[in-house]
Amino acid sequence: MDSKQVLKELSEATGVSGYEKKLGQQVAQLFEPYVDQIEFDKLGNLLAYKAGESQQEYKVMLAAHLDEIGLMVTEIEEGGFLRFTTVGGVDQRTVVGQEVTVHGREDLSGIVGAKPPHLQDEEEQKKSFEIEKMYIDLGLAEAEVKKKVRVGDIISLQRDLLSLENDRVAGKALDDRAGVLLLLETLKELDKMTHQVDLYAVATVQEEVGVRGATTSTYGVVPDIGIAVDVCHGLMPGVNQDEAVELGTGPALSFGPHIHPQLVKKLKEVADEIELDYQLDASPSPRGTDAYAIQVTKSGIPTAVLSIPLRYMHTSVETVSLNDIKRGARLLAQLLRELEGEFVEGLRCF
Amino acid sequence: MFLKQLSEAVGVSGREAEVRDLIRAEIKDDVDQIETDALGNLIAFKEGKPEYPTILLAAHMDEIGLMITDITDDGLLKFKPIGGIDKRILVSKQVVVGPDKIPGLIGAKAIHLQEPDERKNPLDYGELYIDIGTKEKEESEKLIELGMMATFATEFKHLGTDTVKGKAFDDRVGCAALVELLQQEHQLSIIAAFTVQEEIGLRGASVVAYDLDPDLALVVEGTSASDVPDSKEAGYSTQLGAGPALTVQDGSLIPSQPVVNKLIEVAKQNEIPYQFRKLTTAGTDAGAIHLTKEGIRTAVMSLPCRYIHSPASLINLNDYQATVKLLTKFCEEMEEGGLTDEGIN
Amino acid sequence: MKELIKRLVETFGPSGDELAVRELIRGEIKDQVDHIEVDTMGNLIALKKGQDDSKKVMLAAHMDEIGLIATHIEEDGFIRFSNVGGVSPYNLLGERVLFNGETIGVIDKEGKLDDISKLKHDKMYVDIGATSQEEAEKRVKIGDTATYYRQLDLLENRLVAKGLDDRAGCAVLIETIKQLTEQPTFDTYFVFTVQEEVGTRGAITSSYGINPDVGIAVDLTLTGDTPEAKRMAVSLGEGPTIKVKDRSVLVNPQLKNLMIDLAEENEIPYQLEVLDRGGTDTGRMQLSREGAIAGAISIPGRYVHSPAEMIDLTDLENSIKLLSKIVQSDYQGLF
Repeated sequence: MDSKQVLKELSEATGVSGYEKKLGQQVAQLFEPYVDQIEFDKLGNLLAYKAGESQQEYKVMLAAHLDEIGLMVTEIEEGGFLRFTTVGGVDQRTVVGQEVTVHGREDLSGIVGAKPPHLQDEEEQKKSFEIEKMYIDLGLAEAEVKKKVRVGDIISLQRDLLSLENDRVAGKALDDRAGVLLLLETLKELDKMTHQVDLYAVATVQEEVGVRGATTSTYGVVPDIGIAVDVCHGLMPGVNQDEAVELGTGPALSFGPHIHPQLVKKLKEVADEIELDYQLDASPSPRGTDAYAIQVTKSGIPTAVLSIPLRYMHTSVETVSLNDIKRGARLLAQLLRELEGEFVEGLRCF
Repeated sequence: MFLKQLSEAVGVSGREAEVRDLIRAEIKDDVDQIETDALGNLIAFKEGKPEYPTILLAAHMDEIGLMITDITDDGLLKFKPIGGIDKRILVSKQVVVGPDKIPGLIGAKAIHLQEPDERKNPLDYGELYIDIGTKEKEESEKLIELGMMATFATEFKHLGTDTVKGKAFDDRVGCAALVELLQQEHQLSIIAAFTVQEEIGLRGASVVAYDLDPDLALVVEGTSASDVPDSKEAGYSTQLGAGPALTVQDGSLIPSQPVVNKLIEVAKQNEIPYQFRKLTTAGTDAGAIHLTKEGIRTAVMSLPCRYIHSPASLINLNDYQATVKLLTKFCEEMEEGGLTDEGIN
Repeated sequence: MKELIKRLVETFGPSGDELAVRELIRGEIKDQVDHIEVDTMGNLIALKKGQDDSKKVMLAAHMDEIGLIATHIEEDGFIRFSNVGGVSPYNLLGERVLFNGETIGVIDKEGKLDDISKLKHDKMYVDIGATSQEEAEKRVKIGDTATYYRQLDLLENRLVAKGLDDRAGCAVLIETIKQLTEQPTFDTYFVFTVQEEVGTRGAITSSYGINPDVGIAVDLTLTGDTPEAKRMAVSLGEGPTIKVKDRSVLVNPQLKNLMIDLAEENEIPYQLEVLDRGGTDTGRMQLSREGAIAGAISIPGRYVHSPAEMIDLTDLENSIKLLSKIVQSDYQGLF
């Protein structure tokens, strides 16, 4: 299966925060041929372990999150309409008219509706639709809906992956399934080389609701180095140059106060060595990726963030370049190949 | 005065090297062991008698600042805030950029070129930049790397009789007080933690106590004083000259009552002035430290500081002396009897 | 039960000052548990040994209630204050409060207020009847805390009181301990936490200490059954809720399903809860150390955080039934 096909499957699979179990198993199958051991922790984080050559057991953790933003049923109204809330940071303006799947006792297709514009007064029409005023229409009678759907059932967005010009694709949940693919591609690269350090490729859960999976998985792994693999904003009209990076010109390395300076320096050196294009992404606040949790686990973990440029974040048409993913994987594989004890120990010396 | 060196040193969150090196050099002969951890916290151990409790004292090394995020074609530096900065204070200030302290200034369109309405609105980060005198991007790139930090170029100076002005008193005053304490002889074991990345969310303090297991912790901070015009006494968070301020509650911590009570008792016994921090919002490293593992009894002592998080703040040196004295006497008291479990909450 | 709740809610215990509540609870349960201790933060931790000690279950209800903290004493004896936890200034107008469990005060606002939406804590004060700063300070010092000063009332089958959040949850844990006829399945820690209202802090350290496999919080939730209420599919009197989500947690789906199954098998009415506002101790248990399987049972409550919180006695009884069934279940599907 080629990378685009894998990404298509990952993107179209469902894994809303807190409900990633099935997706985790799907990813485990993808990782399985390239690692020594796979386990899941209590929250559902997938921990794939690949031993290094060295007896010293230095551990590197790469984390990409499995979960995607979604919706949840809050009420079944008269007529069988479903009211809902968000799971993670959903932009309410993007939801109207969206086709969704309600994961009730069985999967049901539905449409997000709202009061039609011709029934709204002028003032209402100027404002964006609010989540509280939207509903999901399953096309089923109320009695039928009540048999199949309960309050608290998860709702996911429906969207097939779309191939665009060049190597670009658009779809839902590429934040951070693109990162999961990057992890897989890294494992494949590593298959061709030897490395000293032990690797934990972790597909984390519940990132979108507050980096929760990374909190517990890092506690279990206690890595010597932690690298979050996530997406960052791609440049597009209306976005400042210093808040986004270009699509298709390589993965981005974050810089900011919480990023370990020696670690990011090493990543840049490795990229230069293999003549790999990369970009820099400003990260003045530590929040926003699994690195936020990784860094402050136990007595502290040296942390970096590698990102895939992505446009239209948190919509169902997130767009990335496959080439950026592949380049990111090459960079991480080469880093792992080069890491040895002295460098790792040195990260604690300031 | 060591505080002068500390105040003038540059140490924006994540780039505390200069401050760390200064402190390390200053205390190295006075402590038994010095370590750094994966985040860059500097931890100094001064061993006392084993029968006495171990106290963790913490002060943060980092200060707020600006991070360079882009260089324009004209060679100007775009930036983003690191920590809580009021952007309205930025325009027309002098700064230094990066470890080599390249001088620069924060520019914006002159008043003559502004529409009358523009003058009423604070300038946003999109409209502000640092000018280091370069003419084009390539020239700036030789001097500046993205991610370099800038901070205010402020000289430490005496002002009036007991007052000094400078930058970064939050929390270099705490660092200075801890250094003084380490330079004294003690019977109890002291762990002094000079933490990093406090201003971006107590990052250093979230990990620093994990391997330490102290019996109690005391955080020494710089806090805002609001005894200024257009502010009512009831609204003063702290006042200059009234001694160190004890926290009764803030957004991150309800302090350990036995520790606070002991601090008050020690202050009264030794006639050291003290006050309470009346603001109950915002937080300090104590918020992270007291929730480490199964919990650590923690309190906060703060030095009042006017115009905190700005290019130039003021402190009263008597407050500083009182802070050091209260710390010293508190440690002595811990040698005498320590804390009882009464009223733990 | 009513008598126990009355004593619980009428006991003084704002966040950070839970001593009296803790002593009351300790007295109630100490003879019926295998071990009892207080940790550094002040959490009360009681262990009922299980038939099987291979797993640990933690049940958490918080002892603390919202309140006020004195920040300044005026020359003429008026006390300025700030909030401890989520106290709305509107609820405070004309309200009586109790400092340190003994000093009564009344609250009013400064001068004339044209716009109620501008009412803030720092424009209000407490009058304890003192005529000078000196006199006031004999009874209330800076840093002292207060709670609403209210008694419990019974309205038909409904209880009205301050502090039901979460003394009602404490009552559920206490009654579960008392009503357990046999050993729980696994070692079960009944934890009465501190400082929930200021950031679920007690649960952080107690979860770390216990390191549970399963964590279940018992707390109040909101309802959507009052006039023009914000939409929420929970009503008073229709059973305890099984939490699905709040801002601190997405409940483990297997644990949620286990609770649903147990409720249905035992004909205990229940509702499913999706709470858009607020968090609970649940989230802290879930994320402690390497993580725990976490969920929550909530008691529907109206007017939460006001001086007159209202719950339904049947909901309370059904919460106890459900919790008892859980701790004696085989926890099927969880491990």
